[in-house]
Amino acid sequence: MTLRTRIIACLDVRHGRVVKGVNFVNLTDEGDPTELAGRYAREGMDEIVYLDIAASPEGRSAFLDVIHRTAEQVFVPLTVGGGVREVEDMRQVLRAGADKVSLNTAAVRNPPLLDQCARTFGNQCVILAIDAKSRPDGGWSVFVNGGRQDTGLDVVEWAAEGVNRGAGEILLTSMDSDGTNAGFDTRLLKTVTERVNVPVIASGGAGNPRHFVEAVRAGASAVLAASIFHRRQVELAEIKQAMSEAGIAVRHV
Amino acid sequence: MTDPPLVAVIDHGAGNLVSIRHGLERAGARVAIASRPQETASAQALVLPGVGAPGTAMSRLRDRGFIEPIRTWKGPLLGICIGLQLFFEMSEEDGESCLGLERGRVRKIPDAPLLPHIGWNDLVLPRNGSAPDQLFGDIDPEATFYFVHSYVPVPEDDGITIAYAEYPHPFTAAIRNGPRIGVQFHPERSGDQGIRFLANFVAEVRKSPRASQ
Repeated sequence: MTLRTRIIACLDVRHGRVVKGVNFVNLTDEGDPTELAGRYAREGMDEIVYLDIAASPEGRSAFLDVIHRTAEQVFVPLTVGGGVREVEDMRQVLRAGADKVSLNTAAVRNPPLLDQCARTFGNQCVILAIDAKSRPDGGWSVFVNGGRQDTGLDVVEWAAEGVNRGAGEILLTSMDSDGTNAGFDTRLLKTVTERVNVPVIASGGAGNPRHFVEAVRAGASAVLAASIFHRRQVELAEIKQAMSEAGIAVRHV
Repeated sequence: MTDPPLVAVIDHGAGNLVSIRHGLERAGARVAIASRPQETASAQALVLPGVGAPGTAMSRLRDRGFIEPIRTWKGPLLGICIGLQLFFEMSEEDGESCLGLERGRVRKIPDAPLLPHIGWNDLVLPRNGSAPDQLFGDIDPEATFYFVHSYVPVPEDDGITIAYAEYPHPFTAAIRNGPRIGVQFHPERSGDQGIRFLANFVAEVRKSPRASQ
């Protein structure tokens, strides 16, 4: 009788389609987000994340339409990130069918946005997404604009401030591990989870089922991956089995 | 086969109504989204969803004239998450008075390792010798449901609790008082078993006295 550790699939969405690419170049069309999300939900995925990587005004209505179609058909939690700069943007995304919203660059530029969103919709639906890159001194800096810009902010301090302001969850991506398939940055996870008392979602570096176990042991409440699911490199069932065998409670469908 | 019953989902201006609407439709209901009390006139049941703090939700309901219509509603009523919490007398989250339909308060989950309580968790049905509530009659005992909250209702009369969950202590995850039902989890986000729960609610709506008028 216990809360299950969540496995989350992340889909990058651009102009209403799932895309794949490295550093926003050479994007390839990977299909309809609703279909992919539906397949994941049937297979037992515990939560779906959509990131609007275009986040342009032209692509926005297509993105809202994707959220709406997904919420009509897929009955697992849906988190949405990208393009939310003010409370009204968040309202629009929630009304389209999202359950939670993740804020990244907009929160760094305008930290009171976290307070406003939490006050209006509750902290349980505000996620602070942090892109972390290691520094020579052993700490980590917060990067924004899709990982292109160093803010000089310290990741651990920013996570703590974000929680104080109203973030109910942290989505923590290691830019050093992202795309390597070599495992999550467990030192980063341990450092952040020791500092904050909200759930932390590990992101960046998933390559095999053992990596998921390591992330949870480092303190993660949920583990997110993208390409290994899209490319069917690892089956969800294998991951859940490895976690079960390691004594981590997971949801079975 | 009779017509699907009409269920009105109360829209107080925040949050995701899309999954509630489609979850109920999949469960066999017709759904009207009501932003004014008049729009519930022909409904056979009400659903009260909610996000945010109880105070914000109460003031939105007040602005839209929903307080009295909900208080005097005699048919099936389903409160989800904050909707359930609003049934009680007051919430410690912001010290606000709620609808006062049930005796008891809403308080922060005690001794929690992390808050909010986010994710899939088990339901524990009371073991008092009686059969589980019909809403859970055909639910897989191994099923988990999706929760996302930091506060829980503490009913004065624990007899209304029809399911508990644990985080880390047992708390009230579902109540029933006659036709009034409330759940702290999100059936519309709990996969197939959540839809089954909603179908059991819709079946009850179909049989309710108001439906036969």
